[in-house]
Amino acid sequence: MTTTTASDTTAPVRRVSAWHAFQVMTVRDLHVLRNDLPSFVTRVALQPALFVLLFAYILPKLGGAGGITGSTGASASTVLIPGLIGSTMITAGLVAVTQPLVMELAYTREIEDRLLAPIPTWHIGVQKIVSGAVQSLFAGLLVFALAYFVHAGGQGPDVTAGRLPLLVLMLVTAAILSAALGMLAGTVVDPRKTATLFTVVIFPATFLGCVFYPWAALSSVRWLQVLSLLNPLVYVSEGLRAALTPQIPHLPAWAFLPAMTVGTAAVVWFALRAFVRRVSA
Amino acid sequence: MTAHPEAGIRASGLTKSYVSPRGSVRAVDGLDLEVREGEFFGLLGPNGAGKSTTIAMLTTLARPDAGTAEVAGVDVLRDPVLVRQLIGVAPQRDALDRQLGVAANLEFRGRMFGMSRRAAVRRADELLERFALADRGKAGVNELSGGQLKRLVVARALVHEPRVLFLDEPTAGVDPQSRHNLWELLRELHAQGQTILLTTHHLDEAEALCGRVAVLDHGKVIACDEVAGLTALAGADTVVTITYDSGPPDRVKALEEHGAVSRAEITGTTVKVFTSSPEVVLADLVSYGYEAGARVTGATTIRPSLESAFLMLTGREYRE
Repeated sequence: MTTTTASDTTAPVRRVSAWHAFQVMTVRDLHVLRNDLPSFVTRVALQPALFVLLFAYILPKLGGAGGITGSTGASASTVLIPGLIGSTMITAGLVAVTQPLVMELAYTREIEDRLLAPIPTWHIGVQKIVSGAVQSLFAGLLVFALAYFVHAGGQGPDVTAGRLPLLVLMLVTAAILSAALGMLAGTVVDPRKTATLFTVVIFPATFLGCVFYPWAALSSVRWLQVLSLLNPLVYVSEGLRAALTPQIPHLPAWAFLPAMTVGTAAVVWFALRAFVRRVSA
Repeated sequence: MTAHPEAGIRASGLTKSYVSPRGSVRAVDGLDLEVREGEFFGLLGPNGAGKSTTIAMLTTLARPDAGTAEVAGVDVLRDPVLVRQLIGVAPQRDALDRQLGVAANLEFRGRMFGMSRRAAVRRADELLERFALADRGKAGVNELSGGQLKRLVVARALVHEPRVLFLDEPTAGVDPQSRHNLWELLRELHAQGQTILLTTHHLDEAEALCGRVAVLDHGKVIACDEVAGLTALAGADTVVTITYDSGPPDRVKALEEHGAVSRAEITGTTVKVFTSSPEVVLADLVSYGYEAGARVTGATTIRPSLESAFLMLTGREYRE
């Protein structure tokens, strides 16, 4: 055996850049995602595909989809697409961060391994949000691709050059928002209650998140319309509606843009604070 | 290798309390510690003595309430990120990446600490070979046996060639043969100049591996010395126990007069003798029996050990 393990302590220390460690952690996450790709795609695409099947095909056949198309005359799939992209992104980013984080914090103690990397603790939090956001974005693009196959003639997502910046902004902020919400959930919620989190918070938020109808259509149920404004998914769905299907009524930009930018920044800040507090003893 | 005291560990007045449902618990209470470069140092103590909290503070995972600590010459409070770069930690609960394979666990670790991809792959191969895991590189972490898992944990802590290696209960729950294999590897590391801080529940492990040992109790270092020095603390007597097939011979009853015996206890047909010359006493006990026609059915000698030292220092029987 000729290898030496003890390092030369007289040599000056070359500090490893935190950015390098950050990149490697992200590469590691993508590596794991790649190995898990078939199940990731199934998990992400199945639910929106089923919703489209239900609302755009089965219910119209049964003659019962009047509620969803509303008075706008738009087809069900057109109303659905921005909402489904939004809800898929929120769920995907949330799951991508919350699930591993809960495991790492409570069971595998894998978090210790990250904490021992040459990187400040809050960078680890940022890295987890970035990783989750990448997965959320990927999920959103997957549903977006799906949308091209199911939209009604002339009513599909319309990405014109003028609205492209808005679309990019919405996708990116929604991705970051979802991952940061996931971190908040993963650090604050009792690990034994994550299943409850999904049934009590995520499902209601999705069903009432203006996914299946535009916010404006809620005017007949005023109290729900007002209450909905507390749901982050509403701003994601409505913002994506403005970017993709502006012919459908949607919240004005002055409402969803500040919510998405300032709101996301605030959630990121709280999430990082909660994460750093949780992992430092 | 020339001595660089700053390349080891130096802690003074380390204090840390935890808030528990029953109030605040002071886990570590003004702990002082110095580990020199190249030392194989053992941290011993009963459960709850503060070993894990001490390790957590030295490895930047916990923030001390008071006191200072330098690891590899770097202040753990002032520059925790650099400390993390300079240390390798093999935690008690492994914290391995369950979603990566065995080799990938080592490779990503190396890259995270600044190695190029190629260098990390080479280093991983080298460590897999050295830790007898070469044929398990592609396996998943969950497919490893207990002993292999422990070796991987140590290998992973070594990927980036740390200046100080922390081993927290490295052989807990491992079968005796794997344990001895790991000991062999650790001795080799030490021989190559690796500075190692080991915590262990197993006193024989500390005796087998460590040069100096600190005994912790109630969050304080209550003794710190070379293993031999600590052992001597407990008194120099070896305990010889012998059992005859019939009532002990008369000469045994007068053992107190034997020049080499400091104390003797007789229980039924069993005699327990405290002595500094166990060989002489054992031979005499056998011949006394022979003279009186009593056969020896059993004999043991227990040499002074860390275990007896531990008993003396903490007033408690050591329990693993």
